[in-house]
Amino acid sequence: MRGAARRRGRGRTPAVLGAVLASLALLAGCSGAGALGAAEGVETVTVAIVSNPQMEDAISLAPQFEAENPGIRLRFVSLSENEARAKITASVATGGGEFDIVMISNYETPQWAQNGWLTNLEPYMAATPGYDRNDFIPTVRDSLSYQGAMYSVPFYGESSFLMYRKDLFEQAGIQMPAQPTWPQIAQIAAQLDQGQGQRRGICLRGKPGWGEVMAPLDTVINTFGGRWYDPQWRAQLTSPEVKQAVQFYVDLVREHGEPGASQAGFSECATQFGQGEVAMWYDATSAAGTVEDPEESTVAGRIGYAPAPVVATPSSGWLYTWSLGIPQTSPRKDAAWRFMSWMTSKEYIQRAGRDPSIGWTSVPPGSRQSTYQIPEYQQVAGQYAPLILDGLQRANPQQPTVQPVPYQGVQFVRIPEFQDLGTRTSQQVSAAIAGQISVDEALEQSQNYAETVGESYQR
Amino acid sequence: MTATLEERPAAEANVGGAAMIDRAEGWRRRGPLLPALIFTIIVTQIPFILTLYYSLQSWNLVRPGSQEFVWFSNYGDVFADSQFRTVALNTVIMTLGSVLIAVVLGLLLALLLNRQFVGRGVVRTLLITPFLITPVAAALLWKTVLLDPTLGLINFVLSPFGLSGTEWISQYPLASVMAALIWQWTPFMMLLLLAGLQSMPTDQLEAARVDGASAWSTFRELTLPHLRRFIELGVVLGTIYLVNIFDQVYMMTQGGPGVASANLPFYIYQRAFLGFDIGQSAAMGVVVVILTLIAANFALRLIFKSFSGEQEAA
Amino acid sequence: MAVTTSTPPDTQEPAAPPEPRRQKRSAANVWLGVIAWVVGIAFFFPVFWMVLTSFKQETDAYTTTPKIIFEPTLEQYEGVFAAGVGPYVVNSVIATVFSTLFVLVLGIPAAFAVSLRPVKKTQDVLFFFISTKMLPVVAVIVPIYVVVNQIGMLDNIWTLVVLYTGMNLPIAVWMMRSFFLEVPGELLEQASIDGAPLWRTLREIVLPIISPGIFATALICVIFAWNEFFFAVNLTAANAGTMPVFLVGFITSEGLYWAQLSAAATLAALPVVIAGWVAQNKLVQGLSFGAVK
Repeated sequence: MRGAARRRGRGRTPAVLGAVLASLALLAGCSGAGALGAAEGVETVTVAIVSNPQMEDAISLAPQFEAENPGIRLRFVSLSENEARAKITASVATGGGEFDIVMISNYETPQWAQNGWLTNLEPYMAATPGYDRNDFIPTVRDSLSYQGAMYSVPFYGESSFLMYRKDLFEQAGIQMPAQPTWPQIAQIAAQLDQGQGQRRGICLRGKPGWGEVMAPLDTVINTFGGRWYDPQWRAQLTSPEVKQAVQFYVDLVREHGEPGASQAGFSECATQFGQGEVAMWYDATSAAGTVEDPEESTVAGRIGYAPAPVVATPSSGWLYTWSLGIPQTSPRKDAAWRFMSWMTSKEYIQRAGRDPSIGWTSVPPGSRQSTYQIPEYQQVAGQYAPLILDGLQRANPQQPTVQPVPYQGVQFVRIPEFQDLGTRTSQQVSAAIAGQISVDEALEQSQNYAETVGESYQR
Repeated sequence: MTATLEERPAAEANVGGAAMIDRAEGWRRRGPLLPALIFTIIVTQIPFILTLYYSLQSWNLVRPGSQEFVWFSNYGDVFADSQFRTVALNTVIMTLGSVLIAVVLGLLLALLLNRQFVGRGVVRTLLITPFLITPVAAALLWKTVLLDPTLGLINFVLSPFGLSGTEWISQYPLASVMAALIWQWTPFMMLLLLAGLQSMPTDQLEAARVDGASAWSTFRELTLPHLRRFIELGVVLGTIYLVNIFDQVYMMTQGGPGVASANLPFYIYQRAFLGFDIGQSAAMGVVVVILTLIAANFALRLIFKSFSGEQEAA
Repeated sequence: MAVTTSTPPDTQEPAAPPEPRRQKRSAANVWLGVIAWVVGIAFFFPVFWMVLTSFKQETDAYTTTPKIIFEPTLEQYEGVFAAGVGPYVVNSVIATVFSTLFVLVLGIPAAFAVSLRPVKKTQDVLFFFISTKMLPVVAVIVPIYVVVNQIGMLDNIWTLVVLYTGMNLPIAVWMMRSFFLEVPGELLEQASIDGAPLWRTLREIVLPIISPGIFATALICVIFAWNEFFFAVNLTAANAGTMPVFLVGFITSEGLYWAQLSAAATLAALPVVIAGWVAQNKLVQGLSFGAVK
């Protein structure tokens, strides 16, 4: 009995093993090829994208593109901003080649173009009739160019502005100035603040991250006359202007700002403002689509808009754009461009606006001037659209503050080290907002980081 | 405890036999170990050797051409970084605090569940669920559903007591992350200790009861010694996993405010994937590995001795 | 029924203690039972709430006073499925199943070698295995990324299978070793005298005895592999993403969608939760590292 069982066992084991190995090899072969069930002549384009609402809309419209272009299939990798940025940067910098199209911004584009990591898009644009490169808003276009050539094309662009509740202003008998200043806003915030547990005066980001708290704070620093570096790359974070600006920001958000401020970013403020828990909100112009959507916001239709508040500069809005580029490593550049040009075309704006599940309030703003001529768009967005266009056109990345600087960028310093420097600084500021350290301590620590980075540019 | 100890001599006789076998036999015995050993060396040690190599270079991924050999200057920067020390301390607090609290809570729950009551199986099912939840989902749950200052359940529950409006994640970031960790790991400890309790020889407990020993003294003199190895095991396994925890910090606080809730894995991640400073993050990684191995060597050897019951001299 | 400790149901009723004391004890037992229920529900409640939220509309999901009564909807799940959860599930299943299989294939012989047939330096080998678990994965992610990139295996699910095998193998060897130690030595001596080849000894004598332990080890490996996030998020893109990566993709940077996020989180956690529930007895047995007979 035993012997028989053993023999049987011996015979079976290799057979089972063989079957497992065979199926493994089969599976490995399939997934190794990358495209399960890809038909002959069909190219699969992989797109890395940031999971913001407008991008999700584009993904939902993508099947229409595939229907019109049977030779191209699309795969999206949709990640939230931080993950997307880390992943895309690692992939492009090491030549990983996972992506044929990457979503980047005006922070990355000129640097990466200089490193030779991106494809020059000018020949592609020239070969695409009706694409109309000159329709892009000039400041946005310039911010995506290196030596006069565009290396990525904008999907949407944003500046920053101030949103406020018209009804509350009326009740309190307050008039919003045409160009408010920060001290005025602080005063209004105090007036409209009902105290802890009730409606607060203003929502300002406090969440760590160079793209979170640092974005609005940098515009405040700029307009107070502060800067990150002087033209000799000496760090300026402990200068009186920067100190004054950061102290102002931290005091305002601590005294009259939202609850949980040190963890509040764009999303959190969108929720708070949309639920009527704050009276004002200074943030990206792309917020308008969210807070004017009655399905997500209880205050839709009762919102007024004002330009970014200023102190010592004539304007203070930032300039940011999510754009699409093709890494040099992609072997499918033509197919990639076909989709990119589709997604950033004038027709796409029309398509999104007419789509019942998207609508004109949610079309990607701030990329093309022609968008602002569309009657349907003017009708739904007339309240804020001119302000966005104006903000974008007035943004000045070359000269963001009063004194000269050796870098470019409004709400960031366009050097590779800034992601880390900005994040470390933002952590300090966030800790100051949480009340764990003083503003002076935060800035002294940040100054140390900034000095280390600055030294590598002084050489 | 006794039950397992009694078997030990048989195993040791085996060890004695092993010493006398010849070389070929030695390979035959070692053979089954080799695939796993070689695989583990390839998967874990080769990347580590590369890390060592990178740690001697100045290399920023987003500045092409910046790669150069700088010997130990990255290590100098690591030790000069005051945040690194704060973060190291956070890691110790987060790991040991969570493990110890989870063990104590797990012990209490195991004692509760080691009794007969209606629906015991259901309660155990409810209790183990947090351990099974995907950490990313658990972290989201804590961050939004429970701890959100305006919409969270915890502040809602506390509001009748006039305690609402606490901004848990900003005011108590480290504690918030630890709460999520403890919630996930207490069930693990409970399961482990429950298994320990159920393996207790009942005759001993009966004897103690017949002798009229009080519940407390039975617990202290019989139950706890029996549970000792289970507790040690829980501490070791919990520490191994929690010292490397990343998901919760990443999802809940991003290490903030400041670096108040950052642990070493998260801090290194930031240097590598935000700063793309490969040299410095590699150096930090090496320092962490060395520190962990020193601590682990000490702790593991100690526990190995009591847990395996084997004497190395044998 | 025994009072201080639970014994298998077939155990004889112990000699009854004096009546009054027994009554006091059972009253205490009822109270402790109630406490256990309360604690159990408290631990479970966040999960319950997550599942509940997943059936809400977004407007019902964010309210300052939590809503228990609402009109349930499957809209959020439809949204999650429309977002293409399918390939992520397939990837998670491949990564989990195959890494667990590989762990067992490599781990069982290894655990056998370090337990029943101790070689010199067994302790060192075990210590080496466990010490690899202490390496912070963040410290090696960059080299892993570079190497995987160079051999063209980025965004390939088999990369994750290999890494998860490496991640779970040490713990599995450690766990299974303690099960092997429970196998009586005479059985093996017997097998050795017969001159039986090693694998046959393993297969026919040892494995049946320790199969509950192997099952529990496999379950632990499944839990950790299914839930792993760090390697998955850094090494995959369009083809090889797993469920935790899918879930994180649902966190939009502009606008919070709690209800939909809850639906995605529920789906991500569900398979492992159910597997754990079904196999919880084995889990207890396995975690006791062979000490429970």
